[in-house]
Amino acid sequence: MQVYTEQKKVGKQSVLMGKKVAILAAATVAGPKESLGPLSNFFDRHYEDTILAEKSFERAECRMLEEACYLALGKAGLSPEDMDYYLGGDLLNQVISSTFCARSLAIPYLGIFGACSTLAEGLSLGTMLIQGGFAKYILVATSSHNCSAERQYRYPTEYGFQKPGYSQWTVTGAGAVVLGPAGGKGPRIEAITTGKVVDAGEKDPYALGSAMAPAAADTIYNHFVELKRNPAHYDLILSGDLGGVGKKLNEDILAGKGFDITPYYTDCGVLIYYPHQKVNAGGSGCACIALVFLGYYYQKMLAQELKRVLLVATGALHSPTTFMQRESIPAIAHALSIET
Amino acid sequence: MVKNVLSAFLFGGAICFLGQLILNFYISLGVPLQQAGNPTVATVIFIAAVLTGLGVFDDIANLAGAGTAVPITGFANSVVSMAIEFRREGWVLGTGSKMFGLAGSVIMFGVVTAFIVGLISALI
Repeated sequence: MQVYTEQKKVGKQSVLMGKKVAILAAATVAGPKESLGPLSNFFDRHYEDTILAEKSFERAECRMLEEACYLALGKAGLSPEDMDYYLGGDLLNQVISSTFCARSLAIPYLGIFGACSTLAEGLSLGTMLIQGGFAKYILVATSSHNCSAERQYRYPTEYGFQKPGYSQWTVTGAGAVVLGPAGGKGPRIEAITTGKVVDAGEKDPYALGSAMAPAAADTIYNHFVELKRNPAHYDLILSGDLGGVGKKLNEDILAGKGFDITPYYTDCGVLIYYPHQKVNAGGSGCACIALVFLGYYYQKMLAQELKRVLLVATGALHSPTTFMQRESIPAIAHALSIET
Repeated sequence: MVKNVLSAFLFGGAICFLGQLILNFYISLGVPLQQAGNPTVATVIFIAAVLTGLGVFDDIANLAGAGTAVPITGFANSVVSMAIEFRREGWVLGTGSKMFGLAGSVIMFGVVTAFIVGLISALI
């Protein structure tokens, strides 16, 4: 029996999906600082504090994630029973927010970890599962929480110290997506470029923008080369959470390789907060791209204001143990071409 | 850089000025100068601990940098913030064992340095 029937792969990292799978619905839940940011009106639910009357920040993060999942399911007019798989991940050890969320959803669950690139990783895998005929509907969700991430990766939340200007603020929030067969007006997944782990040798756990920018540039470059495209192919190229420092570095690396992305390019970490919100170089975390893309740009795609978007989610794949042991920070970026 | 140095200088100076006022206050109560230092330090630690508990110390420290980190306030903040953070993991294995997670190295190297300095001064 021949299992491998249809050749979708183009080059080493890219696959063409042919717009058969669509984002049927998306929902976002935002924390307090995000609710005061410039995109606040586009989020579905807002919270004024970070604890949500739960007993820990971890519980609060999990609840935001659950609410995002149920909101997305509601918007799609589907129930958890209709979902074939739930693909989820977050920043906490053993992806506990997603796992605990899966406990209440009771959908067959695949936990994934790509740090802040998790949303794109989930969308990629979900699209492949549906197109491979293994599922009809898939729930993809991710979350991050400033306080639970800070205490895991850095210092206690009330510890006072000065962060360097290139540091970023972990976004508190959650986003969820229902993937399903294309048909309605939901934007469709056209191509996927899966990233390689790129390590530029950055060792400073606050310099995540410059640690992740080389990975983003590598994935975007290979996407263009393998699919024979150029930046003008897209209305928008959107990276996840490079922040001000990483965004500039990404532009510079790609310009050096002959692709000027600047006219089409922006970064979620730069967009999510106002400069006066004391976030230094911008936002980061799984929820950064989830809130900005699913909250804002997804709506723009539904309204046909944007037709072709290249979504590039970036993740820093270090752990508190590895940076204490002076290891450098490996990074990854996954790209999805999404079209209306 | 210049802004950080300046604000560290101003905040650090302000804390030391406050410390001097507290010291003078204790002396005015009749505590001898030699012994007035201890209640002064305790008072400054108490203020830093309360500010940490109220959630304002980290905002001040973000501006002040070394201005709050170098005086005893930074030490107090590191202990109290760890105590609060790990309260949810229980009194014994949370707060109890994690409280000195950040301050532990200050205590360790402080004791070692004191021992070496003491040894040198005894030999001279």
